[in-house]
Amino acid sequence: MTPEIIDLSMLELSAKLARREVSSVEATRDCLGRIERVDAKVRAFLRVDAKGALAAAEASDARRKANAPLSPLDGVPIALKDIFLTEGVETTAGSRILAGFIPPYDATVVALLKGAGLPIVGKANQDEFAMGSSTELSAFFPTHNPWDLTRAPGGSSGGSAAAVASREVFGALGTDTGGSIRQPAALTNTVGIKPTYGRVSRYGVIAFASSLDQVGPITRTVADAAALLQAIAVHDPRDSTSSTESVPDYLSGLEGGVAGMKLGVPREYFVPGMDPEVEQAVRSAAAELEKLGAKIIDVSLPHTRFALATYYLIAPAEASSNLARYDGVRYGFRALAAGGLREMYFQTRAAGFGPEVKRRIMLGTYALSAGYYDAYYLKAQKVRTLIRRDFLTAFEQVDAILSPTSPVTAFKLGEKLEDPLAMYLMDIFTLPCNLAGIPGMSVPCGFSKAGLPIGLQILGRHFDEARVLRIGRAFERDHDFAGRAPKL
Amino acid sequence: MKLSLDEVRHVAALARLSLTAEEEERYRHQLSAILEAMEQLKAVSTENVEPTSHAIAVEGLLREDIVVPSMDPQKALANAPAKVGTSFAVPKIIE
Repeated sequence: MTPEIIDLSMLELSAKLARREVSSVEATRDCLGRIERVDAKVRAFLRVDAKGALAAAEASDARRKANAPLSPLDGVPIALKDIFLTEGVETTAGSRILAGFIPPYDATVVALLKGAGLPIVGKANQDEFAMGSSTELSAFFPTHNPWDLTRAPGGSSGGSAAAVASREVFGALGTDTGGSIRQPAALTNTVGIKPTYGRVSRYGVIAFASSLDQVGPITRTVADAAALLQAIAVHDPRDSTSSTESVPDYLSGLEGGVAGMKLGVPREYFVPGMDPEVEQAVRSAAAELEKLGAKIIDVSLPHTRFALATYYLIAPAEASSNLARYDGVRYGFRALAAGGLREMYFQTRAAGFGPEVKRRIMLGTYALSAGYYDAYYLKAQKVRTLIRRDFLTAFEQVDAILSPTSPVTAFKLGEKLEDPLAMYLMDIFTLPCNLAGIPGMSVPCGFSKAGLPIGLQILGRHFDEARVLRIGRAFERDHDFAGRAPKL
Repeated sequence: MKLSLDEVRHVAALARLSLTAEEEERYRHQLSAILEAMEQLKAVSTENVEPTSHAIAVEGLLREDIVVPSMDPQKALANAPAKVGTSFAVPKIIE
């Protein structure tokens, strides 16, 4: 069987486009054809924009022909989580309250990717407003894990991860507030990186928890993740939290290896109840990195066990404030209520939001309400300081930290829907990173006996994405996870 | 931590959410269980610990005070459920 275009990595495709061995139109048609064949099973996409993608691909081919590509990735088709505003293309964040919403402008990252010439094939499914860890909480339909269609792909960026894993597209953007890029990446044999808070602009990204949300790539290889991050890591004056810290060349040091690096393994990230196959795969990944010259050091992050409670006070509090804007006045759904404006607010929000979103709005409103603010929200912000400090202390001793991304492999669809706390536990290893604002990446590190993917999480110092990517690449080089595709 | 129905209704009112009787009961149980799990934070000593609102300190990001063009009003209004001229229209507030 000859390899299809769609099996190429983003950078391999980019090289072929540069040599004009394939065209962007062919690559985009391949994506669309694959979506046509498999997406009825996987359901990664809320919306496919064939016309827009092909028009962008034609324009890219014309540029390549004129030897004037906009960027190395010019012509490489990608998908976007439906949380990114796309001018003229419906954007819902997986919620009924935004059904039919046509953004009047592009998110900064969308404008950057369009400006770099990447055709956008479609908008990927997600948990409503990114609240969830399975993509089952999309208001429209659940996405299925391409490795086992009876299982969830993780979430909330599950549509993006499933699309990349299914080879429906070459790469995608997701967002990560508590693990929403890394956890689905781990569960689908893809690479996902959540950059340092502030590294990538949040302008035009539908807000969930503003002090935690961050945009990042989901790809099949570490080098692709580096290239896609490079394209979006740009200071944006429109986002007051966007960093002015200089951006290094993520690809140039990628093959540098791990010799001499000190890598910490935190004992708190190996807990009773986690899947022994996950623990085994992660420990053997650490052993491999040791063979490659890294020094593995036992470290402690003592406040790890408080991260879940801290996160589930801070994130819902910020969400309850952010989601106050969905009131039926300026855009989105409006309930026709008798009884005036106030009643319209109540009915619009009751009919527009799904159960998990309402639950988190309630939780956040409670944590912020008079009499409880100090005991819950302020307390959580103080514990957040301690969690962040744990990492800074560990990074005095080590260059990066290794852990499992998820305590388990992909779980069955429906398995955790009735118990919100069980679903929240899916993020125990990914949440602390967001609270501390540090970069974190998940790279494939094995498969369970049942054939389900396992992810290794690599956490780095603030703005040390280059090192995180380099460690991931050093591990990836001796494997062929990107060459392994699900049978669909 | 056991929430009362009145507390659930109070919070729902603050959040401008109208809940069915069944939802009130479900959220009362679920939020009670979640808040109970949060109680463990009380065990953490946070004396003399400053709260963190953002993990990365950002300062001096104020832009120059220069007027730049804003979005065309009709474009900004394109998604409005109801509009009058260049304004968003809402149900009557006062008789």
